[in-house]
Amino acid sequence: MLLFLVLCPLAAAILIIAGSPARLTALVAAISNLFVVLVILARFDRIAAGFQFVSSFLVSADWQIHFAFGVDGLSLLMLLLATIVTVAAVWFTGKIDKYERAFYACLLFISGGAIGAFASIDLFFFYAFHELALIPTFLLIGIWGTGNRSVAAWKITIYLTLGSFVLLIGLILLYQSVPATARTFDIRELQAAITSHPIAAPEQRHIYLLLLIGFGVLISLFPFHSWAPEAYASAPAPAAMLHAGVLKKFGLYGLLRLAIPMLPNGTHYWMYLLVILLLGNIIYIGLVTIAQKQLDWMLGYSSVMHMGYIFLGIASANILGTIGAAALIFAHGLSIALLFAVAGQIRNRTGTLQFDDLGGLAKVMPFAGLAFGFAVFATIGLPGFANFASEIMIFFGAIRNGWEMQRFHIFQIATVLALWGVVISTVYMLRAYRSTFMGTMNERWGKLVDLGAGLRIPVALLIAGLIWFGFFPQTLVRMVTPTFRTYFTATK
Amino acid sequence: MIAIRAPYLEIAVLVLGMAILIFETFAAKIDKKIFAYAGIVGLAAVLIASFFLSPESSAHQTNGFWNFYTADPLSIFFKRFSLVTTIVVLVMMIDYAPVLRSVAGHASNLGEFFSLPLLTCAGLMYLVSAIDFIFIFVSLELVTISFFVLVSFPRRNPIALEAGVKYLILGALSTAFLVYGITWIFGVTGETNLERIAAAFSSGKIDNQAAMFGAVLVLVGLGFKIAAVPFQIWVPDVYQGAPTPVTAFLSVGSKAAGFVVLLRVLQPFLMLPNMQRLIVLIALLTVVYGNLAALPQNNLKRLLGYSSIAHAGYLLIGVACFDGRAVTFYLAAYLLMTLLSFAILIIVAQQTGEEISHFDGLAKRAPFLAFAMLVAMASLAGLPFTAGFFGKFFIFVSAVAQKQTALVAVGIVTVACGFYYYLKVVRAMYWQPSANNNAIAVSSLSRAVIILLIVATVWLGVYPQPILNALKH
Repeated sequence: MLLFLVLCPLAAAILIIAGSPARLTALVAAISNLFVVLVILARFDRIAAGFQFVSSFLVSADWQIHFAFGVDGLSLLMLLLATIVTVAAVWFTGKIDKYERAFYACLLFISGGAIGAFASIDLFFFYAFHELALIPTFLLIGIWGTGNRSVAAWKITIYLTLGSFVLLIGLILLYQSVPATARTFDIRELQAAITSHPIAAPEQRHIYLLLLIGFGVLISLFPFHSWAPEAYASAPAPAAMLHAGVLKKFGLYGLLRLAIPMLPNGTHYWMYLLVILLLGNIIYIGLVTIAQKQLDWMLGYSSVMHMGYIFLGIASANILGTIGAAALIFAHGLSIALLFAVAGQIRNRTGTLQFDDLGGLAKVMPFAGLAFGFAVFATIGLPGFANFASEIMIFFGAIRNGWEMQRFHIFQIATVLALWGVVISTVYMLRAYRSTFMGTMNERWGKLVDLGAGLRIPVALLIAGLIWFGFFPQTLVRMVTPTFRTYFTATK
Repeated sequence: MIAIRAPYLEIAVLVLGMAILIFETFAAKIDKKIFAYAGIVGLAAVLIASFFLSPESSAHQTNGFWNFYTADPLSIFFKRFSLVTTIVVLVMMIDYAPVLRSVAGHASNLGEFFSLPLLTCAGLMYLVSAIDFIFIFVSLELVTISFFVLVSFPRRNPIALEAGVKYLILGALSTAFLVYGITWIFGVTGETNLERIAAAFSSGKIDNQAAMFGAVLVLVGLGFKIAAVPFQIWVPDVYQGAPTPVTAFLSVGSKAAGFVVLLRVLQPFLMLPNMQRLIVLIALLTVVYGNLAALPQNNLKRLLGYSSIAHAGYLLIGVACFDGRAVTFYLAAYLLMTLLSFAILIIVAQQTGEEISHFDGLAKRAPFLAFAMLVAMASLAGLPFTAGFFGKFFIFVSAVAQKQTALVAVGIVTVACGFYYYLKVVRAMYWQPSANNNAIAVSSLSRAVIILLIVATVWLGVYPQPILNALKH
């Protein structure tokens, strides 16, 4: 089943290049993938920890590399996110002027790469699948992008290449940190080997730093973020949805999956650095976001800023914080995808996303306004949306850290500052909403048409996900709890 | 049923080359392409035969002929490697023949153009089996001399002539270094056989200084062949000036043989102090120079020339970490992706030209070629699911294992550089509008070879074990 999940988008992409009808094939592939994930979800054993639905093929006996897939609660959540956003992204792809086939093929390659990375339980393919998305992203921004597309495409490609090769070195070190006879790329066996022979503390620090920088570049952690806003502003909307919503979460998933359980000492050692950097994300980037004058740039920066909260959950390194981080990955993925989707539709109709030019669009595009409003409120963290539930968990998880010390610890300061970050995000999100949909309308936009009836389905899908997990966060928490429980009991 | 033994393979290739040369002399009237087809079929037969070798018993490996010649898995692997390279080069030459005809004005010497690669191939096959300095020297000369002719083949073309002269002079110079180094080593140890040299070194009764001097001279000589910095100066001009199939042959065949010899020759010298540090230094210089110099190039052939220096640098990282397996895999991956890119370059260049800007809009004009080039560039850059990534991966694994922090750090930065210039080609093919929309014709033979190369590149990118197994006893 997992094999189907991974190969389906890739096979569909190849079929599209070979000549089958592009939109139909892509949609069928995306929807059948979502369906398969739902089936897996239904048959998934929520109590057991460990990986389920495992299938494994030996690729290299010398190196113990396996083409292996499996899911636990955490990766299942990521797969759910990836497949929902893929359906929405493909659905939101409208008429493409040039190379229509290539556009859909690129989208499916990104989706397949992300799904492959989330479903892999082999370190090598975990890394390799993520890289599969690199060239499609380059092409998507370069061929179909807007604005300063050439610079944006180069920037994202070179940045991510550097980041992922730093990451690769970190992974190689991780692989070599276990005794030579136990060396394997299989994450399960590697975990077992590390549990029985914990890695020496100084080595853990090296590896964790490499992983933090490598993953950090991919996630747009504070000093390494400058590729993200520009790339998302230039990318065509479906590409931005997939990249910001799903692919970027690969790094966070990697930290949760590898760094937290395998390098507890490194996590602890670099905690302070990470907290300072993530405050850079929340406060500094938050303020930068307020200053934006263009909707697409603002969304790009806001997606960088919200990574800070997820990092806060990861940095707190306790069960509550990490579950919150996992939940926020999911919630943010859905809400940012919806924001980019609506923004892309507006750009298609008006040709501009300058706040000065827009305004009052809710009159002509009521449904788009509604959808955007939902996404805005979700992103701010209004109760009733999944984001609220996850951010609450992160804040409680973070503030509990170091509480015993009888004084104001860095985590308490960080949590308070991060709460102010919520205010910042309220400011820019509501301002964006006001200057786009409220106020007086420019006469030029009198004849704009609202989102077509067909587009309401993917919008409804994204909003349904946000609201469901907003009202019933327990369904999500139960899913990932066994994974994190094993992590934190194993390392104590 | 006759048992096929390893030396028969070279003899077969030599006989084939000679036969074609002789036939060519007496058959002036027929289409010369027939010789290329004959060569391809003949080499393919030898390639198949190489899978049915009868194992050599170790008893007679210490005397006579076996003093010079070894048939270990490494050499058998690289014999196949040379054969595959030569076959693909011959296919490219068939595509390239019209260009040569238009430059030369007549087709009378095409037969030689098709038969010389066979002799080079025989030289390469001997070279990878050579375990004695004398034999290394002789087979290296067989390779180099046939390359002298091939490089300056379109001799009315001044650029090719310039390339030929440069290659000739620097090749001769490097040979001189090599021979001088061999003399010093012979003087110190009294041996030319690599195994016995190693024994002499480990006995501890030799003059380390003098041995080091000889080893450095040999390294200089080989440095020219593999285009390591600072002996790379000839590469861009020669690569650009030579006929494109010959450039491909040079950058794959000649380089691979150079690295095999380097691996074998270095074995005894490992005992010498500072040898590893020296190679690390050369590797650093080579990756940095190759990648930085490739950045501003606008001519694809020249770009590939510089990129071949960069790849030599990555290979040298593997050599510096003494990981023969990683080097071998990298070379195999390098063969596939380099030949793939040159094959496409030849076809596209005939319609427009060799500049990167001549590839503008190739995705519209020839989607198949553009996709093939995309795979080649992705693999050269080192993206996963292509052979090139596994190559870099193995190299980095051994560098990390050896704690060569400088090599790893520089390697990462230069890999990112590489993405820039390889993706420049992708950008031209997919982003830029094309000047014309004429479709490009691809002969069915070239199409088949290109598809095979793509499949092999992706296959090795997912499943590297066959190459790793080929090196085991």
